[in-house]
Amino acid sequence: MSEITLTPKEQPQVPLEAQNITPDSFAGKSIDEIKATEIWHGNIKTKIEEFFEVAGEPSENPSEIKIIIDGDVNKTKRIGQSMTAGEIVVKGNTNKYVGAEMIGGKITVEGDAGSWAGQDMKGGELTILGNAGDYIGSAYRGDWRGMSGGLITVHGNVGNEIAEYMLGGKMVIKGNVAIMPGIHMNGGVLIIEGNVVARTGGEMKGGIIVVKGVINEFLPGFEYLGIEKDIDVEGEIFKGAFHKFKGDLATKGSNGLVYVGVAGNNHIVPDKR
Amino acid sequence: MEYIIKNGIVYDPLNEINGEVKDISIKDGKIVESVSESEAQIIDATGKIVMPGGVDPHSHIAGAKVNVGRMYRPEDSKKDVEGKGTSLRSGSGFSVPSTFMTGYRYAQMGYTSAMEAAMPPLLSRHTHEEFEDTPIIDHAAYPLFGNNWFVMEYLKEGDIEKCAAYCSWLLRATKGYTLKIVNPAGTEAWGWGGNVHGIHDPAPYFDVTGADIIKGLAEVNEKLRLPHAIHLHCNDLGHPGNYETTLDSFDVPKGIKPNPATGSRDAVIYATHVQFHSYGGTNWRDFVSEAPKVADYVNKNDHIVIDVGQVTLDETTTMTADGPMEFDLHTLNGLKWANCDVELETGSGVVPFLYSPRAPVPSAQWGVGLELFLLIEDASKVCLTTDSPNGGPFTRYPRIISWLMSNRLRKDMIENQVHKWAQRKTSIATIDREYDFYEIAQISRSTPAKVLGLSDTKGHLGVGADADVAIYSFNPETQDPSAEFEALEAAFQKAAYVLKDGQIVVKDGLVVNPNRHGRTYWIDTVYNPELEKEVESEVERWFKQYYSVNFDNYSVQQEYLPKSVPIGGWSK
Repeated sequence: MSEITLTPKEQPQVPLEAQNITPDSFAGKSIDEIKATEIWHGNIKTKIEEFFEVAGEPSENPSEIKIIIDGDVNKTKRIGQSMTAGEIVVKGNTNKYVGAEMIGGKITVEGDAGSWAGQDMKGGELTILGNAGDYIGSAYRGDWRGMSGGLITVHGNVGNEIAEYMLGGKMVIKGNVAIMPGIHMNGGVLIIEGNVVARTGGEMKGGIIVVKGVINEFLPGFEYLGIEKDIDVEGEIFKGAFHKFKGDLATKGSNGLVYVGVAGNNHIVPDKR
Repeated sequence: MEYIIKNGIVYDPLNEINGEVKDISIKDGKIVESVSESEAQIIDATGKIVMPGGVDPHSHIAGAKVNVGRMYRPEDSKKDVEGKGTSLRSGSGFSVPSTFMTGYRYAQMGYTSAMEAAMPPLLSRHTHEEFEDTPIIDHAAYPLFGNNWFVMEYLKEGDIEKCAAYCSWLLRATKGYTLKIVNPAGTEAWGWGGNVHGIHDPAPYFDVTGADIIKGLAEVNEKLRLPHAIHLHCNDLGHPGNYETTLDSFDVPKGIKPNPATGSRDAVIYATHVQFHSYGGTNWRDFVSEAPKVADYVNKNDHIVIDVGQVTLDETTTMTADGPMEFDLHTLNGLKWANCDVELETGSGVVPFLYSPRAPVPSAQWGVGLELFLLIEDASKVCLTTDSPNGGPFTRYPRIISWLMSNRLRKDMIENQVHKWAQRKTSIATIDREYDFYEIAQISRSTPAKVLGLSDTKGHLGVGADADVAIYSFNPETQDPSAEFEALEAAFQKAAYVLKDGQIVVKDGLVVNPNRHGRTYWIDTVYNPELEKEVESEVERWFKQYYSVNFDNYSVQQEYLPKSVPIGGWSK
């Protein structure tokens, strides 16, 4: 594995758009060529070296490249966008769209990530050790075809409308979620280990959502199917008792499943209210 | 500036020039007999095709529903993005490009005129505002008359004179160009939650049928001596078995005499996107193409010109004043749906659509469109359109040209690329005809210009014509379009040169002179001043009762037309 380290200089007021910080873009380039790689500062074209110190060992093959961003880049967007192979580690916070349209490879953000992380993801692994914003693993604005593959794991809390229009792949949120996780979901698996504020699986047509924590408010468009123990979600066993729902019946032909841990959630079950 | 386009291989059907090597002289924005070789700038077109600028008779490029398409499809905007150039505006959109990009994309293909085919009268100000930001191309807008309360009321009363006076007033008020009819009586029925089926099904309350409206407006059209024929989008669009409605509709205005004050059209009816109206069967299972019967009707009758509305097998955005049809489409594909009822006048809907070549119905529709092109024998009766963006975006015209000119390409698509319904449900696999460049120039230039009534100055390269010229890097003397279909498509996608009113606007496929307004053609006619006064006072009364705007704020002022070209009808 060849390591290329980008050490952030002073972070700018206006964000950087750095879709060229990927193993694919760096492959076959010398360190000088990587330094000169184009990124955008607002609406102005600039070079990586204007905002980062670059050092390390280049490689011909993207799957051999590990990019280490050694510091906080909370003003840098689109790191790892569309990457197909290799690895990126961000040793701090990052801005929006990290790992958007990702096809393969691995990204780890050790701090927090902004909104739209893993947007329209097709494959690979995106891990965020801190918190993340809204629309994690969602579709492009307006599109009805969202994340179709890969794995997103967020260790902290996330915002609204995550896994919007999800079609496939898997997302695991270890912390808490705001409103509308899995809205319009049509496939894939969304695991939420913490609590959800409201509207889980709104207008979902397919796919599976598992919520281990407490849901404050649940939508009325779900059919209650009773309690199931030690559920099997695509080969993974979740121990314990879960309320099982099917829906969202507000959408024609809906066949989504929502499992909600029994503990603390009796208030969302129709005959137990 | 004077130009001589030297040694080009010229296709100019209105002047019966078929591939002659010929010089074209240009002075003061017009084609002239000759200019001085020493003063003129020479454009060397040796080995290149020279045609008049393209004319699109039916497209959706400006106005409220186009803008809804842009706003609610950011995922479409993403697919074609144009950054800001030194003199170009930035823009985006594949099926519904933004205004500036619409102008650029048409010009790059050698098109210099394009018509907005559906303008709700109430929203005509918006349409003209967008025209102002759509550079280069000449244009006109077609106000919708087919579900208009006044039209239906006067026709119900049998008062064709008042109907004519109203139409004349509305064309002037909206700065519109033709009598556009969409699903006559059907969109009004949609206001009541229904639709009509066929041309003999009356609209609720008004009790007039599609046939009454088509006939009444066809008569009005010739009374007003309008340049274009009535422009009809038939009932039952997209429904299996609709071809009978289509043929019945074509027959309605037969016998009415064309009477244009300008131009030289023979047709009294222009039927649009006929591909969507040529279906047999009773449902999508027993569906079959009836394009051969429709083509046969067009072959045998001289009172009609059609455009095809070719399906291009892309992901696109459908948009039409046919509100109930868009609802049907939304229930079919389950995608997002926008809908609007335009007060006393019309309605509209917008739905994204995927014409996948692997799916049965789109593949059959692709075959139906090509059947119409290839079975209509006379290219002076058929125009090239996709009903952009409904069948696909206008930027696919070069690809359609390659399908029409290359049987080899069609065979390859039928065998390897599209669903077998193209073979099973249509006769396209049995047709070997290939268009030549003369016929391509007809369907994209001379035929639309003539039926629009603009052939004095548009669609040809004779002396006195506007100097709108397209030059393509494809040499018919050394290159075979049937074999080199990819080069053909590329050449027509990005023209070598395009001149608009005698100025170079595109060079080597790039827009070089974007800061030009196109002309707005509109009808300036007063049918009967006294009657029009009477009608106006009736209209004003209805405005107070039913409209959400004041009568005085309704008409579009001349100030909205930076390059206004009024065309006289009756009174001029």
